[in-house]
Amino acid sequence: MQALFDEFPVILDAFWLTIRLTLASGLVALVLGTILAGMRVSPLPVLRGIGTTYVNVLRNTPLTLVIVFCGLGLGLVLDVSFSTSLSTNYMWLSIIGLSAYTAAFVCEAIRAGINTVPVGQAEAARAIGLTFGQNLRLIVLPQAFRAVIAPLGSILIALTKNTTIAAAIGVGEASLTMKTLFEAHGDAVVQIFAGFALGFLILTLPTGLLFGWLAKRLAVVR
Amino acid sequence: MTAVTTEPARRPARGRAESSERVSVLYDIPGPKARIRNNVLTVLVIVAALFAVYVMVTKLDEKNQLSAEMWTPFLRGDVWLNLILPGLLNTLSAAAVAAVIAVPFGFVFGIGRLSERAWIRLAAGAVVEFFRAIPLLIMIFAVMFGGSAVFGLTVTPFAAVVVGLVLYNGSVLAEIVRAGILSIPRGQREAALAVGLRPGQVMRMILLPQAVTVMMPAIVAQLVVLLKDTALGFIVSFEDLLNAGARVLPSNFNNIIPAVIVIAIIYIIINVLVGTVATWLEMRSRRSRKTAAQPIARPDSPTAVEGGLGNPAP
Amino acid sequence: MRVRRIGAVVIAAAAAVAGLTACGDGGSGSDKFVVGIKVDQPGLGQKQPDGSFKGFDVDVARYVAKELGYADDKIEFKEAISANRESFIQQGQVNAVIATYSITDDRKKKVSFAGPYLVTGQDILTRADDTTINSVEDLKTKKVCGAQGSSSPARLVEKFGDEWKSQFLTEQQGYGACLPLLENKQVDAISTDATILAGFAAQSPGKFRLVGQPFSEEKYGIGLKLEDKETREKVNAAVEKMFKDGSWKKAVDANFGEFGKFFTTPPAVDRY
Repeated sequence: MQALFDEFPVILDAFWLTIRLTLASGLVALVLGTILAGMRVSPLPVLRGIGTTYVNVLRNTPLTLVIVFCGLGLGLVLDVSFSTSLSTNYMWLSIIGLSAYTAAFVCEAIRAGINTVPVGQAEAARAIGLTFGQNLRLIVLPQAFRAVIAPLGSILIALTKNTTIAAAIGVGEASLTMKTLFEAHGDAVVQIFAGFALGFLILTLPTGLLFGWLAKRLAVVR
Repeated sequence: MTAVTTEPARRPARGRAESSERVSVLYDIPGPKARIRNNVLTVLVIVAALFAVYVMVTKLDEKNQLSAEMWTPFLRGDVWLNLILPGLLNTLSAAAVAAVIAVPFGFVFGIGRLSERAWIRLAAGAVVEFFRAIPLLIMIFAVMFGGSAVFGLTVTPFAAVVVGLVLYNGSVLAEIVRAGILSIPRGQREAALAVGLRPGQVMRMILLPQAVTVMMPAIVAQLVVLLKDTALGFIVSFEDLLNAGARVLPSNFNNIIPAVIVIAIIYIIINVLVGTVATWLEMRSRRSRKTAAQPIARPDSPTAVEGGLGNPAP
Repeated sequence: MRVRRIGAVVIAAAAAVAGLTACGDGGSGSDKFVVGIKVDQPGLGQKQPDGSFKGFDVDVARYVAKELGYADDKIEFKEAISANRESFIQQGQVNAVIATYSITDDRKKKVSFAGPYLVTGQDILTRADDTTINSVEDLKTKKVCGAQGSSSPARLVEKFGDEWKSQFLTEQQGYGACLPLLENKQVDAISTDATILAGFAAQSPGKFRLVGQPFSEEKYGIGLKLEDKETREKVNAAVEKMFKDGSWKKAVDANFGEFGKFFTTPPAVDRY
């Protein structure tokens, strides 16, 4: 147990990074995923094609590979440097990878949500002269979002767990920190694992409950 | 004015829109102006996309990532045979072994969660919920280090990856099994009990045969997830496909970026193939008349939304 | 029921694949000399596209095997990663491990070591045109790439502190991943054993410079079974012969190219 108490600040730091990765990637993925969903139902075949290709490519690529590619390839191709600090730089590269991957799932969730909106609503919107953009923004998406709150919650929980894969490019979040602690305290592996497992339960269980409650509260009554 | 001149061209165009494309309820079938606007937008999008590709290609070229010696290794048979295929084989065998163990694991714990006895229900529930809440990579690290620290075993990366995959995916499969069994209309179980079958018999003879049909697509879809997750083994030095791309190939040709791109394409092809099987199974079981229940969605699946309307999915 | 049959076929096929991978674990009981080597370390132990192996460790293995009376076709190479080297030897899966295996007191409790056959130390690799890095002290304000799980980055963190770690250090999956980062100025230096750096750098002649100021000492030994004193003596004799007849020097030049100049004198064999 001693190891766990001694290293408590380190563990806390690691989870704080996990939370930051989750929130930043979640936000970017939500925006990107919504745009992609819009593209996939748009009148332009070329936009639909790009959206579909994006979703199929990202959904079928292992996240580890996406993140490795972001760490090695993106830094190279884009010549981007987010910060003079290497660790901050790699944090942002991993956020790009996590959001690019998660956006594909957000897109699919929102598209499923769009399908729950009754046909009559969209038809009525067209009848009063709303364009595609207005139709989507004013009528369809607000209802679609409320229908997919629970799935979005699942995606957020999956994202929380997926941030551990940022370890692949050396981002010192919870999983990499746990491994480092394992190496330093070989006699306290069980306690350290229990500590990190508990940490993830604390992060994911309330998220699930919150989104379950939100989904009930905001459900569109039909 | 222009309407007159475009009149002859309009009919075939509209006919095409109505026949080959599924009509969306989100927008009107484009008239002459909208079609011109759409065409302009299409051109703009294509130009923008081409520009993005061009920028990326020049950047890669600047960094010498497009030079011939980076890519020619992929045209050689021996590179595939000796460096890439062993990795692919390891990936597939880890996925296969994990799947073979995870499916029974899922059935045992999924049925356990529906047990008549409270303690079995609770124990199975605790196991399933715990392993679903813990990130897979954390599990793999724990197996790797815990195996030697606690049990004095040398855990190979292969074993660590397989155990991690079984615990996580087995737990998700348990949820699929539970949902599958619960999706069978309640009357069937009641009727079976009423004619004198014992609970075990009801499960074995009435519920499971139908549930398997219902949950097959979800199980196969989960196996795609499992296959993708084998790539985590790369982080613990398992010699999988990703390892071939990110460690073995670059150590020979110093071409990590081309290698990762080629490996990504292989993953995508395999996953699309398995995914196609899942879709095909789902269509089959939707048509199936063996059970009244409809195919279930995977838990945690982003498209697990109830209801439906007629907005065609493009 | 057809769905269930398909399920059965899928499971049967998977089981067949599982069975295939379970076999093929040849032990060391036969007349073969099985050596555990690294397969992803250019210059030391590396799997070639044609399926053969190349590197300094491989040359040492071939020489030793020949001295022990095994013909070239009786040598079998097996991939050993850092984490499983001890268990490979203890379980008798290999006759010897020659895989950048540093002799340490901890490991001496589990296996015995012949050699050392090469002494190296943690060094620094930079771009050829970068003259600002000439000793470990210069790394204090330079971006450094290391490999996860390697002890080299940890040594630098111990020296420069946690603040330096978050500003200037990135840990990737293996040193091969560090090279493109160095080449394209994402980082300024890679730091680990000079042999590993030389092996990677020798692949792209002219692009990189090895500083040549080692600040630690690693003795690569040949791992053998703890109780097998007889083989250890034979291997030691073979290694010494390799030093004397010039094969050692030839192997250094063949595998480290322009960086061979950093490994000029063979070490003294340690008969502990």
